[in-house]
Amino acid sequence: MALTTQDPTIAESESHLPAPSGRTRRRSLPPMTLKLGIGLSIAGAIALFGLIGPYLVGDPSRVDNVGLSAPGGGFLLGTTQTGQDVFAQLAHATRGSLTIGLVVGVLTLVLSTFFGVVGAYVGGVVDESFSLFSNVMLVIPGLPLVIVISSYVPDKSVWLIAFVLALTSWAGSARVLRGFTLSLRNRDYVLASRVSGERSWRILTVEVLPNLIPLLASQVVFAVIFAILGEAGLSFLGLGASGSFTWGTMLYYAQNGLALRLGAWWWFIPPGLMLALFGAALSLINFSIDEIINPKLRSQTRAVRRSWRMSRAQLQSAKESTL
Amino acid sequence: MTTTPASAPMPAAASAATPAGTSPHPVLTIEDLSIDYLVDPVVHAVRNVTLSLGRGEVLGLAGESGCGKSTLAYGVNRLLKPPAVITSGRAVFHSREGYEIDLGALHGEDLRAFRWDRIAMVFQGAMNSLNPVISVQAQLEDIFTTHRPDMGRAERVERCGELLERVGVDRARLSSFAHELSGGMRQRVMIAMAMALDPQVMIMDEPTTALDVVVQREILREITRLRSELGFAVIFITHDLPLLLEISDRIAIMREGEVVELADAMTLYTRPQHEYTKKLLGSFPSLTGARGGFIRSGVDEPVLVEAGVDEEEAR
Amino acid sequence: MRYVLQKLGFYVAALWAALTLNFLIPRWMPGDPVDIMISKLATRGPVTPSTRHAIELLLGTDSQQPLWQQYIAYLGQIFSGNLGTSVVYFPTPVAKVISQTLPWTIGLIGIATIISFLVGIGLGTLAGWKRGSWLDNVIPVTTMLQSVPYFWLALILLFAFGSVWQVFPLNGGYDVYTTSIGLSWPFISSVLYYGTLPALTIVISSIGGWMLGMRNMMVSTLSEDYILTAEAKGLKPGRIMRTYAARNAVLPSIAGFAISLGFVVAGSIVTEAVFSYPGIGSALLQAVNSNDYALMQGIFLVITLSVLGANLLVDLLYTIIDPRTRARA
Repeated sequence: MALTTQDPTIAESESHLPAPSGRTRRRSLPPMTLKLGIGLSIAGAIALFGLIGPYLVGDPSRVDNVGLSAPGGGFLLGTTQTGQDVFAQLAHATRGSLTIGLVVGVLTLVLSTFFGVVGAYVGGVVDESFSLFSNVMLVIPGLPLVIVISSYVPDKSVWLIAFVLALTSWAGSARVLRGFTLSLRNRDYVLASRVSGERSWRILTVEVLPNLIPLLASQVVFAVIFAILGEAGLSFLGLGASGSFTWGTMLYYAQNGLALRLGAWWWFIPPGLMLALFGAALSLINFSIDEIINPKLRSQTRAVRRSWRMSRAQLQSAKESTL
Repeated sequence: MTTTPASAPMPAAASAATPAGTSPHPVLTIEDLSIDYLVDPVVHAVRNVTLSLGRGEVLGLAGESGCGKSTLAYGVNRLLKPPAVITSGRAVFHSREGYEIDLGALHGEDLRAFRWDRIAMVFQGAMNSLNPVISVQAQLEDIFTTHRPDMGRAERVERCGELLERVGVDRARLSSFAHELSGGMRQRVMIAMAMALDPQVMIMDEPTTALDVVVQREILREITRLRSELGFAVIFITHDLPLLLEISDRIAIMREGEVVELADAMTLYTRPQHEYTKKLLGSFPSLTGARGGFIRSGVDEPVLVEAGVDEEEAR
Repeated sequence: MRYVLQKLGFYVAALWAALTLNFLIPRWMPGDPVDIMISKLATRGPVTPSTRHAIELLLGTDSQQPLWQQYIAYLGQIFSGNLGTSVVYFPTPVAKVISQTLPWTIGLIGIATIISFLVGIGLGTLAGWKRGSWLDNVIPVTTMLQSVPYFWLALILLFAFGSVWQVFPLNGGYDVYTTSIGLSWPFISSVLYYGTLPALTIVISSIGGWMLGMRNMMVSTLSEDYILTAEAKGLKPGRIMRTYAARNAVLPSIAGFAISLGFVVAGSIVTEAVFSYPGIGSALLQAVNSNDYALMQGIFLVITLSVLGANLLVDLLYTIIDPRTRARA
């Protein structure tokens, strides 16, 4: 139930946004804060694990007659009930989940940019119909739709899952992007470009798009979180990609192998923990981006308050007399 | 938005004339008040300001943007937010019942109870000063439910209707919301709110800056009429000096946090002492000057000549 | 008024889209769902021609009837309330299965979501009001909890409170051995007992979002001019917080609540899987596992209808709370 300030109604009504000129791209990059640093490093570490890990570990599918065993004896994270190496599985699962996240992220980006930004910029009938389409897609519940579609296909590939997930997640982003583009469209520098006769697509790419970058980044991060969690949920329900390793499928097998009941925490905890850590890291990154998009939050951050040269006594008495 | 007294070079006499300088029975005294913004580097927004406001007097506070007049008003009202801080001096309220209250010494519940009851404020730009999701009636009523809890419901509603009619707004507007009112109407509602508890001092921070001249005139008329009816004192803050010449008893000119001149309106207009005052007076296009003269030189030549300022110096 | 009509029109359009999707999906997908269903039904009992006809209308036939004719017939059948016969719950018609399972879902998920929303908004209001208090430190924790996959958290909690410390039951909606369905106190208390843990997991995993959103909006709203006016008026801080700040700050959250209803439904399916709760989500999963396409499509339709209905309600509520929307249309 992710909810942030990136609500479309704020995006539409927000006239307090800093008036960015098309040229200052540097303002798109968030300033490095502790939150951002932690987020980036955790996410980076996990991504690295997923990228390189599978080359360094053994075969995740190789069965052994060791059976369910705790960490130790050559197995960093123990074994599953069929003697498979949990750590090796984790490495492959990381790669699988991140792949899905990436694919869905890109697909969502493309779809939501098309229906949101282009639609809002062109205006008129195109905008109305795109908007109606997005709203309808938004309101139709996603997971049941995914379940229904994927139930007709007995052997699901990772690509199908990714595609179906993207199909149900682009609508929210599109709406937010549309709201923002609508407000940008009437900014002075865009109007000036139009009046001076610049071609539409050029205005779009040179003036409008750069200012959308923080918002786009935030939406992509959301989409990735949603995709990874969504795929995990699907796999847990038994509807995931068959035959490939993701954090979700690991949890599915762990649950079916009664890992928790049998006390096999090493099988059940790590995939979920990786999910949580990655999701948390991406959320932290999103917070930092949030602070750019919503400048009113910025002035309340600890860092700004610390830059005031006020003594504690002064701050205390200020707190007393005003809100 | 700027008007010079078109009828005559002299401003019309104010209805309650008081001598320049300090009044014998002030209702509000500001003693050596200084306010700083504690950022890096420190900004001295208000420097050692000393003013006194007589009972029932209209004191105009004029100056360019950023000179500290609003900060002063907020400081007196204890509405400053960090990093702004009062670094020295005090503001004292002298009630007509005879006692004194050091505004800086009030805290917590006492401060909250004091607010609006003796000193009320009308803010700049009523565009956003009204709560958009509750009705006008609710916003007028909650003043009474907070400060006059013994008031009965029927009496409260009646009083709210009265307040609106007093500022020239139809009573039926009680059930309206802020977005349904025009700019002028919103500002009148703000004034009605400020008068609800019959305050002794009204501080008005650029109340008509965002309105067109016709509406501005009506609102000023209302304020003057109400003042003569109810007898409250007014601190009128604006950058529009000619406006102040029309309505104030005394005028203080502020520049970079300091009061550079304080005199009664007529004296200020005819015999300005400070260079800055003279420059300010000359900076408004005159309805009676030579056409194009202001544009060419940037100053109102006839006014400067009267005040005896060298044109070259003024530029 | 025009606003209400516009909204209604939109939801009618969305409903039409859902019905059409429901019609097209089985016909687009590979394989022959009709034959699969009929053969499964046949193993349970004789299949009457009317049953076969109903299934064909739902899922598509080989006949040479043009698509649009099938569409009209399909719509007619849907509006007469015939959603086919279920395989899993043979011979119960799909509509009946849904009417028996839907109340459980709405009850549990609905109440848990509302509690989560109210508590989250309340805490967020306080956190935004007293910037820099200890509440501000709770927010990162609850938001971390949101990144945790819901079912993982739910399973761990179920393990902890169901197996390790046997405080709550492990599965089910009520105690089937000792009580039966009816408006009696033993039944109601049993329902509450069995529903506590699932509801708790929902609240824990979703409260962070509401809290964060509300807090950010509060911080934003507190810099508005009308808050300064309220403070200058000498109003009590409680009133400023509630009627001036929170009333305005909550608006985007309510808009977001409508959007999140779709996710609530998704979450409900997982919740019911974890806790074996007898709601519509469990029924959907069983349908999928047994290729009970009629039940599946029927549930999809009903779920969509509920979400659309709830969305419409929230939209109408929004017009009451924000007087500006009445003027905008």
